Amino acid sequence: MSEPILFNVDEVALSADRCIKCNVCNTVCPVLPVTDLFPGPKYCGPQAQRFRSGHPVETWVDYCSGCGACSRACPSGVRVAELNARARARMFEQRGIPLKNRLLSRSETLGRMGSKAAPLANFGLNFGPGRVVVERILGVPREAPLPSFSQGSFRRRFRRIPQPERPNLRVGYFCGCTTNYYEPRVGEAAVRVLTRAGIGVELPEQHCCGLPFISNGDFKGARKLAEANLKALLPVIRSGKRVVATSTSCSLTLKHEYREVLGLYGPEWEELAAGVYDAFELLRELAWQGELELDATLTQRVLYHGPCQLRSHGFGFPAADLLGTLGGIELAESGVECCGSAGTYGFKGDKREIAFRVGQPLAARAREHRAEVVACDSETCRWHIQQLTGLPARHPIELLDEAWSQAERTGD
Amino acid sequence: MASRPGYDVLVVGGGATGAGLTRDLAMRGLRCLLVEQSDLAHGTTGHFHGLLHSGARYAVRDAEAADECIVENRIVRRIAAPHVEDTGGLFCWLEGDPDDYPGQLVAGCQKAGIEIEELSVAEARRREPLLTPRLGRAFAVPDATVEPWGLVADNAESAVDHGASIRRYTRLVGLGVEAGRVLWADLEDLGSGERERVEVNFLASAAGYWAGRVASLAGVKLQMAPGWGTMVVMNQRLSSSVVNRCRPPGDGDILVPVGPVSILGTTDTTMDTDNYEITPEEVRFIVTEGAAMVPAAAERRALRVFAGARPLYDPGHQHGASRTLSRSHMVLDHANDGVENFISIVGGKLTTYRLMAEHTADAVCAKLGVDARCRTAEEPLGEARKAPRHYSLGERLTAREQEAGGADADLVCECELVTRDMVREFIESFGTPHIDDMLRALRLGMGPCQGAFCTLRAAGILERMRPSGAAALEPIRLFLDERMKGDRPIMWGDQARQFRLNEIIYRDVLALDHAP
Repeated sequence: MSEPILFNVDEVALSADRCIKCNVCNTVCPVLPVTDLFPGPKYCGPQAQRFRSGHPVETWVDYCSGCGACSRACPSGVRVAELNARARARMFEQRGIPLKNRLLSRSETLGRMGSKAAPLANFGLNFGPGRVVVERILGVPREAPLPSFSQGSFRRRFRRIPQPERPNLRVGYFCGCTTNYYEPRVGEAAVRVLTRAGIGVELPEQHCCGLPFISNGDFKGARKLAEANLKALLPVIRSGKRVVATSTSCSLTLKHEYREVLGLYGPEWEELAAGVYDAFELLRELAWQGELELDATLTQRVLYHGPCQLRSHGFGFPAADLLGTLGGIELAESGVECCGSAGTYGFKGDKREIAFRVGQPLAARAREHRAEVVACDSETCRWHIQQLTGLPARHPIELLDEAWSQAERTGD
Repeated sequence: MASRPGYDVLVVGGGATGAGLTRDLAMRGLRCLLVEQSDLAHGTTGHFHGLLHSGARYAVRDAEAADECIVENRIVRRIAAPHVEDTGGLFCWLEGDPDDYPGQLVAGCQKAGIEIEELSVAEARRREPLLTPRLGRAFAVPDATVEPWGLVADNAESAVDHGASIRRYTRLVGLGVEAGRVLWADLEDLGSGERERVEVNFLASAAGYWAGRVASLAGVKLQMAPGWGTMVVMNQRLSSSVVNRCRPPGDGDILVPVGPVSILGTTDTTMDTDNYEITPEEVRFIVTEGAAMVPAAAERRALRVFAGARPLYDPGHQHGASRTLSRSHMVLDHANDGVENFISIVGGKLTTYRLMAEHTADAVCAKLGVDARCRTAEEPLGEARKAPRHYSLGERLTAREQEAGGADADLVCECELVTRDMVREFIESFGTPHIDDMLRALRLGMGPCQGAFCTLRAAGILERMRPSGAAALEPIRLFLDERMKGDRPIMWGDQARQFRLNEIIYRDVLALDHAP
């Protein structure tokens, strides 16, 4: 197992040196303006970093949602959000990880158990008293949006989707826990879209990317998953296939968080990072090369929200680029950095109110656009956005799948 | 000129030694007045690397200094606990360093009673991951670090509690010597310009490298040979313990973690000046030597440089050294120069400030026929009386969060986490401070931005509490000039960007140069 670099000595930790106190990070932080509980990214990042040296870490760093807007905006290259994530992990190391964080991070285990007994589990979760129990144990407020377990995992359903006979390209699909256990329909849509684009899809062995562990402060657990994923995915990449994901937060974890937050450095981690693609990133590349025809129509008013983790990829909004070419679509972009949910942040009792306030500009934007549906690449964001806006929130690949299916049915 | 009733002892110089001496004398029942031409701990005391010596550095070549250091190290840890961080120290032998030195170091430490333990290279690296791959051997010693401003402030407070008077920003401008005795002293208040004559029964000079000038006012020739040492402040800690090079002590061989920074030191240039100009060559030398021990020192952000003058005394010119207490400091009885009631303390180092004060106070008491024992080694200072807990780096973070109680931290100085309340409280207790006084008392403006944002905020609070009208811009100018002076010799990388931002704020946007 690779030895993680120590807390205070690697490039990310020392990037705090570059801060010139310009305040740009504070101006883009979505949490800072809506609560007094968080002193802001500049404080928790480069400022506090100079005072952290094995001593107890302050707790208000936990109010950072981890959306990464600060790191993206910093003109000096300070890895503010990464510093915060590490400080939070250090805090939990010192104070112990609360039970609710432990449970919330185990999306893979929860999913596996829940989907086996889906009807019962869903009844429990949707039923008032059941939510009270969830609130007590997980600290998830009873109003917070919880997904339903799916009956039968995506992995099972995957086998039934026909593959192209002579694919132009083969990829390994990293579906993520949510697709596998809660929303197989996203995976099914993705595989249908990819196969229609002439891409052969396989579903390699994979594990939870570890992001919920990272955001809940359990780096040890996250590193274990990272190692397992490295072992499972490197052979795929080395056989010349790209690993393609539909959850931009999972893919960001594989590409960025393993190295910058968990401190897992080395050539094999770089190889993994270079081999992972977002599904729309790949599709857009094909379209740009003239290898993909998107001739389809979707007569809907769509608000597209590029989630915060997608923004950290730094590749623009490939899903919006492609959706925008569909005939009949009225597409607008949210123009906000974060919906407020930022992974499991918005699910934790005291943070829910903050997440809701952070999301208000997005809700206003949806009303202004008179949107019928919100498209967003990240699962927890979609659940949060549904509550924020009262609109259905869907993965953009579902919308593309719908447009293409319609085109097929009408015999285009 | 106003005159006021006399003092038993006039102490000149508000560094660690002067403050410690005033406290010692006051505890022995003498009526003392301490005068300092600037703020307390403004001179050499405030311009050192922060090392509380274990004595290991002297163990091979200067056994007496080593003995004194380890004894005083233990005393200061106890009496001034909140200002001491128990960092421990490492002596790092690198490939190519003299083979015989580690053996001599261990033997010297054992002789002086300094705990020394050889660590495996792996253990040393575990403790200090940034140490060079050239590390061959490592030895742990009980070095520590000490924050000088708090130490001096506590000594001064204790002195006042025991009846002493202290006047800052007050300069000794004349001495009345008749028939081989100092009878009075003329003092000038540098704020108001007012002069005052005070009668004194005894004069004790702890003026550091200014001792020659104080002596000349009494017609005594005392030749000081200030040894300037330059230090480079790194933005973050590069080590958690003091890192020393395991070879005969020389220039650029120490890295001291003090507060949130690491200080790389140092040089030794003898020059009789008040205004030592640090050269880029010196800075390059220190950084290169520091990087031999911790390579990151060459890459990371340096935020400031400063130089302090060792108050070294040149006995070649002196005919009457009364008593050589050790090779490290000397109490000079100027009876040998024809002035009966005048003593100077010269040389020494911050670690032994208390011992220097004790030796001087002993000499003063002997001359005055006062028969009282020194108690400064037993009685703790300030907060150490209540909770003898050592400083730890994370304290400010924890404190800010507890005070805030879930609200904004309300910071004036963001780099050093200084709040509005801390500034207000300081102004209330101090009178009309310079912003630079807030730096020493609170660390305001000491961090990487070097006053970019706190200067304006602090000046605003000061002006609101102590309105001065048109003069309000003066404290801003004074403070920024001093900050910029320390930035110029390291005008590269991150600090150059910072410097430019600060210039944009104060020169371009606020047009400070053109303001009244």
